[in-house]
Amino acid sequence: MEDRDRDRYSRQIRFPGIGLPGQQRLLDARVAIVGCGALGSFHAAALLRAGVRRLVLIDRDYVELNNLQRQWLYDQEDAERARPKVEAAAHHLRRIDGECQPEPVAADLTAGNIEEILDGVQLILDGTDNFETRYLINDFAVQRGIPWIYGGAVGSYGITMPVVPGSTCCFACLYPQPPAGIQPTCETAGVVNVLTSSIASFQVSVALQILCERHFEFCITTIDLWSGKLRRVPQPAARPACEVCRLRRFSHLQGRRRAPISLCGRNAVQIHDDGRSVDLVLLKEHLLPLGEVRANELALRFFVPPYEMTIFQDGRAIVKGTTDVGIARSLYARYVGS
Amino acid sequence: MTITVNGAPVAVPAGTTVSALLKLLDVEPQQIAVELDGRVVHREAWSEVPISSGATLEIVRFVGGG
Repeated sequence: MEDRDRDRYSRQIRFPGIGLPGQQRLLDARVAIVGCGALGSFHAAALLRAGVRRLVLIDRDYVELNNLQRQWLYDQEDAERARPKVEAAAHHLRRIDGECQPEPVAADLTAGNIEEILDGVQLILDGTDNFETRYLINDFAVQRGIPWIYGGAVGSYGITMPVVPGSTCCFACLYPQPPAGIQPTCETAGVVNVLTSSIASFQVSVALQILCERHFEFCITTIDLWSGKLRRVPQPAARPACEVCRLRRFSHLQGRRRAPISLCGRNAVQIHDDGRSVDLVLLKEHLLPLGEVRANELALRFFVPPYEMTIFQDGRAIVKGTTDVGIARSLYARYVGS
Repeated sequence: MTITVNGAPVAVPAGTTVSALLKLLDVEPQQIAVELDGRVVHREAWSEVPISSGATLEIVRFVGGG
C-alpha cells in the first residue's frame, strides 16, 4: 500500500475491525450504487472516504434545489446548473480523493441494461426510490450471488436489510409482491435529512463489513428517528418456496414484470400499471400541497409544470409534457409512489 | 393475554393469530414482515399461527423512498 494511502486511511487501519487487510480489500473493491439521491449520494461519499475508489454510480436525474436539504454530495451550483446527479457526484468525489474512479451512468436501471452496468461489481447498494428497481436488483444479485443492501426511508422512518445470497433470505422472501396503492414519498410525506443519512450509514457499515470479509449477524434494522427508536431483527434464512432465491425464477430480470409503458399522443407517456388500485381521494390529499389538482371519482389530474399527470383509479397514468419514459417513471415514483 | 409487540406490551384475546393481531393493530399487512419469538413467520402462515401468552413479536414495515 502506498505511503500516502497508509496516511489517508490511518484512522481506519487502526480500527481492529478493518486493519490493513481490510483496507486493502476496500481499495481493491468495485461497488455499484443504484440511485444517487439522499441514500446514494451518502453511500458514494462514505465508501470513497473509506477507500472504495471504484464506484459505479447510476441515476438518471438532475440535481434540484430541493435535493440540497438531504442529498449530501451536491451543492447549490449543481442545482443552479441542473447537473446530472452522476456527473455532479463524480466531480465532488474526485475532489475528495483525486484517485477516485467513478463510473457515472446517467440512466434508469432496466432489465435490458442491468447485466452490462453491474457486471463485475462485488456489492450493490440500494439508493433507489421505487420497489420495481429493487426487485430487479434482487433478481440480478441472487442470480449472480452478489450481496446487495436494501435501504428505504421516508418521513422519520427508515429500514435497511442486507441480502447475502447463500446466507440470508432475499428481498422477495419477505416481500414477495410490491405494495398496491399509493405510497408515501419524500415529496408527499416529507423526510428528515438525517434519517436518510442514518439509514445510509447503516448500509455502508454493513457494506464495509462484507467487503472486509468481517461481519456480525445480518439483521433487518429499522429506525424511527424522531422518537429515537432503533430496532433490529435477526435476518431469517431463505423462505422455502421463494420464487427468486429458491425456485430461481428471475421474472424481473427477464423483463416480464415491469409495468408496460408506451408513448401516447404527441407528447405523452402512458404507464399501464393497472394491477394496482389507487385511492384517488387520498392521493388528492397528498398532492394538494404540492400543486394544482383536479379530481373526480375516476381520475385525478395533477399539474407539476412542465408536466401534467393524469392518474386513474386502476393505477394507470398518463404523463403529458414528455416522451421520455424514464422521466415518466420518475414522476410516477415521486408523486404516486412505487 | 399479554404479548410484546415491537418492545411494547399489548393485551390480546387468547388464540389470536398473526392475521388477527394485524387487524387488531390496524396494520396494513402488505408492507410488513413478522417475527414471532425470534423467528420470521412467512405470510402464508399468518392466519394459522397462533400467538401464545408472553410471546414477543416484531412487525417490520418496508418503505420505498430513498
